[in-house]
Amino acid sequence: MPDWEPKIVTFLCNWCSYEAADLAGISRLQYPSNIRVIRVPCTGRMSPKFILAAFGKGADGVWVSGCHPGECHYIAGNYYARRKFSLFKSLIEYMGIEPGRLHFSWISAAEGAKFAEVAIKVIKTVKDLGPSKYFIKKINDRAA
Amino acid sequence: MLGYITKIRTISERLLKESRVDMVIGFRKGTVPMMNEPCIVKSPENVKELVWDSNCGINLANYLTNRKEKIAIIAKGCDSRNIVTHIIENKIKRDQMFIIGVPCKGMIDRHKIASMFEREIIEVVEEENKIIVRGNDSEKVFKKTEVLQENCAICVHRNPVIYDELVADLVEEQKDVDRYEDVRRIEAMQPEKKQDYFNNLLSACIRCYACRNACPLCYCPTCFVDESRPQWLGKSIDSVDIKTFHLLRAFHCAGRCTDCGACERACPMGINVRLFTKKLEKDCLELYGWEAGLSLKERPPLDTYRPDDPEDFIK
Repeated sequence: MPDWEPKIVTFLCNWCSYEAADLAGISRLQYPSNIRVIRVPCTGRMSPKFILAAFGKGADGVWVSGCHPGECHYIAGNYYARRKFSLFKSLIEYMGIEPGRLHFSWISAAEGAKFAEVAIKVIKTVKDLGPSKYFIKKINDRAA
Repeated sequence: MLGYITKIRTISERLLKESRVDMVIGFRKGTVPMMNEPCIVKSPENVKELVWDSNCGINLANYLTNRKEKIAIIAKGCDSRNIVTHIIENKIKRDQMFIIGVPCKGMIDRHKIASMFEREIIEVVEEENKIIVRGNDSEKVFKKTEVLQENCAICVHRNPVIYDELVADLVEEQKDVDRYEDVRRIEAMQPEKKQDYFNNLLSACIRCYACRNACPLCYCPTCFVDESRPQWLGKSIDSVDIKTFHLLRAFHCAGRCTDCGACERACPMGINVRLFTKKLEKDCLELYGWEAGLSLKERPPLDTYRPDDPEDFIK
């Protein structure tokens, strides 16, 4: 599939990574356009349901990014999130999703360059894995 | 374990007579073999209903959620750990409860026995360390250790962790048990192998939610499977919906599951649903050194954090 481009659902924290994406844009940093950004108030707002819904509806990859530990706007949201993500990533990979489909990062509002860099890395990893098949709901399979 | 019955009845009768509790939650004989049912006894005359044998696998902590009365509850090791979880999650208060602790030597697996006995099972009698299964014209004797529930065979907390009174002396805990052998085997597989494994494992699932209903941890007013706005989880038996259900169900039990085996016991299709919760249990132990339900003072792992929690997976 030479023309295939992955779709990556990206959850960005309003207070840091979302701003970093903005900064990357203002700084005219180049990165591929495979990411679809959803703004969340904090990584602590993330529920595993969001990630599963993204995969279930056809995302090839999911990337969640928030503030560095100790810099959360709500003091500790990302600390709680970190524990949730550890367990969740481990569980979903245990169930068979390829390790390169789910990504997490800490990117502060000043790190536009890091944002572009991580975006390139995430997109490349997901692209190398090819289209996601395992967690996508195929409605027509049953009808056929 | 058979001698427990008299003691359980005596304690229950005393508590009810002295009005120290409004009810006793325990087990009574079921209508079919190997299926004891939970029961609530409210008057001293009825304590003779209470029984105890190796078919009391249901987790009684499930019947405590949001209760306001004074309750005596019969608790084996795993029940008591779930009671602790209930207390730290504010689902019941410690001083509302009188915990009758039962040191446990494991419950028997009715699926396993049924599969090893060709005929219809009419009667199951238990003697010390022996299980005698009778059909219409046949009889078979099993060693109890052969037919234990899988989670009981690898249990390391057989004695209740909190109790007000014990029905017998504490039993010896099992040592040198490899609790996570099956989890490690799956972890070592390649992604495609894991996908096949879980597709295969869950292909029998009929989405009856028996595993959820039997679980003492599942008490949300609206379960995620019933949410409709937005509907996070499809209602079909599409393999993705089933996988998502099992993944989320397990995740909701992360750091809370005591591996009591109620989910697996309840499954009408005999699916080993504990494989999911056990993986989380293993991770919680390895990452955060946490075992659920052992202490009233510590907060559960997802309700707390340490600044130096592991984060090598984060870029």
